[in-house]
Amino acid sequence: MQISGNSQLAHRATLLDLAPGEEATLAELSLPEEIAHRLMILGFVPGSSVSYTRSAPGGDPRVYRVDGADVALRGETASHIHLERRM
Amino acid sequence: MSDCHGASTSSLVSGPNGASSAHKTIALVGPPNAGKTTLFNRLTGLRQKVANYPGVTVEHHAGRLHSRNGAEVDLIDLPGIYSLDPRSEDERVTHDVLRGDMAGIPRPDAILLILDATNLSRHLVVAAPVLSLGLPTLVILNMADDLRDRGGTLDTTELSQRLGVPVVLASAAKGEGLEPVFEFLDGTLAVPPPSGSPFPILNNLPSMKDVPSCRAWATRVSQGAWKAPMPSVWSRRLDAVFLHPLAGPLIFALVVVIVFQAIFTGATPLMDGVEGLIGDFGKWVATTLPESSWRDLLTEGVIAGVGGVVVFLPQILLLFLFIGILEDSGYLARAALIADRTMARFGLQGKSFIPLLSAYACAVPAIMATRTIENKRDRIATILIAPFMTCSARLPVYTLVIAAFIPERPILSHLLGTRAAAMIGLYVLGFVAALLTARALKSSVLRSDGTPFLLELPSYRWPTLRSLGLRLYDRAMVFLKRAGTIILACAIGLWIMAHLPLTNGKPPEIRDSLAGSIGRTVEPVIAPLGFNWKIGIGLITSLAAREVIVGTLGTIYGIESEDDTQGLTAALQKDLTPGGAVALLVFFAFAMQCMSTVAVVKRETGGWKWPVVQFSYMTGLAYVCAFAANRIVTAWLG
Repeated sequence: MQISGNSQLAHRATLLDLAPGEEATLAELSLPEEIAHRLMILGFVPGSSVSYTRSAPGGDPRVYRVDGADVALRGETASHIHLERRM
Repeated sequence: MSDCHGASTSSLVSGPNGASSAHKTIALVGPPNAGKTTLFNRLTGLRQKVANYPGVTVEHHAGRLHSRNGAEVDLIDLPGIYSLDPRSEDERVTHDVLRGDMAGIPRPDAILLILDATNLSRHLVVAAPVLSLGLPTLVILNMADDLRDRGGTLDTTELSQRLGVPVVLASAAKGEGLEPVFEFLDGTLAVPPPSGSPFPILNNLPSMKDVPSCRAWATRVSQGAWKAPMPSVWSRRLDAVFLHPLAGPLIFALVVVIVFQAIFTGATPLMDGVEGLIGDFGKWVATTLPESSWRDLLTEGVIAGVGGVVVFLPQILLLFLFIGILEDSGYLARAALIADRTMARFGLQGKSFIPLLSAYACAVPAIMATRTIENKRDRIATILIAPFMTCSARLPVYTLVIAAFIPERPILSHLLGTRAAAMIGLYVLGFVAALLTARALKSSVLRSDGTPFLLELPSYRWPTLRSLGLRLYDRAMVFLKRAGTIILACAIGLWIMAHLPLTNGKPPEIRDSLAGSIGRTVEPVIAPLGFNWKIGIGLITSLAAREVIVGTLGTIYGIESEDDTQGLTAALQKDLTPGGAVALLVFFAFAMQCMSTVAVVKRETGGWKWPVVQFSYMTGLAYVCAFAANRIVTAWLG
């Protein structure tokens, strides 16, 4: 789960890269353990699929659909949630 | 009925003498947005009461219901949980109550676990830790109607065998499918036989620490027994409108304007009606009873004092009606989303928004609601600014002064009048003071790294009349209880102080009375704000609770006036300058005139430090701003 280098991190897609309506598979949460725990309870579990629904007026926070529910988070948090490389 | 519910609460919460062992205690558990409160209201109706656990800050509802065989059952509504992780205070309380570790509360005999049937695979995550407690449990899958309408299906028999406990599909909002709940309480509901199912779940429950395996477990349990419903088309369509980049904020603003306009103009006929009734009652008492000091105490003290506050009941109920509709419909969560960007600019987060919004009703529950904010510094900042939000106790003061000093004229044809605009202005004033204070705190003593904002958006639902009705009933009782205790005591105390000392057996002029001399003592301090000694008395009595000033002025002017026909509004017009009136509004917008709030802040922050800082800051700010307001308005009117 550890990230070895920043250069690698920069190239990996995050939730911020999703276009509205686009779906992807979650890879990992590069966030402090406590925050990651709460996100996982809300459905952001590595391996599950997530789609970007829409943003609030003004572009932030953003609403993502995971496991049948809409969850809102700020772009700042979304930028630490990585996605599997798309096919 | 009220006797019964009072007794049930005391036996539930404090019954150390074992009185509660006579009936069963059932805990109601579930994640947020599963419909827990709706079910609780459905089962207990009016036989419920809000209470606090000893020693902790989490509030809970307790109520009583009669099972079908006539036995009485105590139902405890526990805070909504996503897991049983004792890290957050809400979850720790639920955890402790369920394990029987909460002092003063008997370990529940059984659990009603309520989950949202339309969201089953995610909600089942909570089932793992709850079932592992080993208590008799009934799983209630709520929102059956929604599941059906959106094409989802559920096999309760299969699910019940997999979980090893009975499972029922119900709709708490519609009252459908609740009969098995009563059978469960009577112990007549069949428990599924331990089947040879491939889910030896009770022996092999995943630990909550390992969320991915909990989720995998939940998916395995629901697979094949549950078909997920189509995503709610309506929620999606409504979100497209309410969160639209342009329409969203406009609708947000429109909702605010409509609510305030309705509160202000819609409540007027009702308030006039109540005022007329109280006035007639006062006159009837005055002409029926023989002349005595007791009669005067009754008419000038009790009826003028308490009646002056009770008049505002329709307005306060209307405010709670709107908050109830916004919350129950799901719009409030969208409003929090729209507000988050603005809140972030002031160092706060969307999670602070919901306590702040409920502070528009009352700061006390709002401050208790801040416990959902995990970050301690964010939480204290939210507690410190919550009393700036315009609570319903300020409404009587604002309404009275605005009605006396601001003529009603249309601004935007029928949509907005001058008085509603003034009222919105005062709400904005409190809000701006709150935000600026938050910014100052968060960039100095309470600086902290940004806590992530995480908010699950509930589906939109029609608010039910039943739940709105119960809310209003609840608020009306709280308000009338205050009127019958704090406000009544203040009114009687004030009337007595206004009639002492007796000279030759006769009460003095109010100016020379005990109350009057206290008022005149503080007059030099408040004269720069444009207040005279009568307002001074009101400011002192309103330290107990803001709306007491209305009753106090009612009593003072009631004693003073020759005939009782002169209304409070007319009396104020004679007694205050426009500058003083604006200063009074500003003072009440900022000052922390509420003992209950001071007490709850002390309890929540665990000491006197923050309440003292907060009280001094708010009163100081109120004084300075009221002084400035008086000067500006007086100079402007020339």
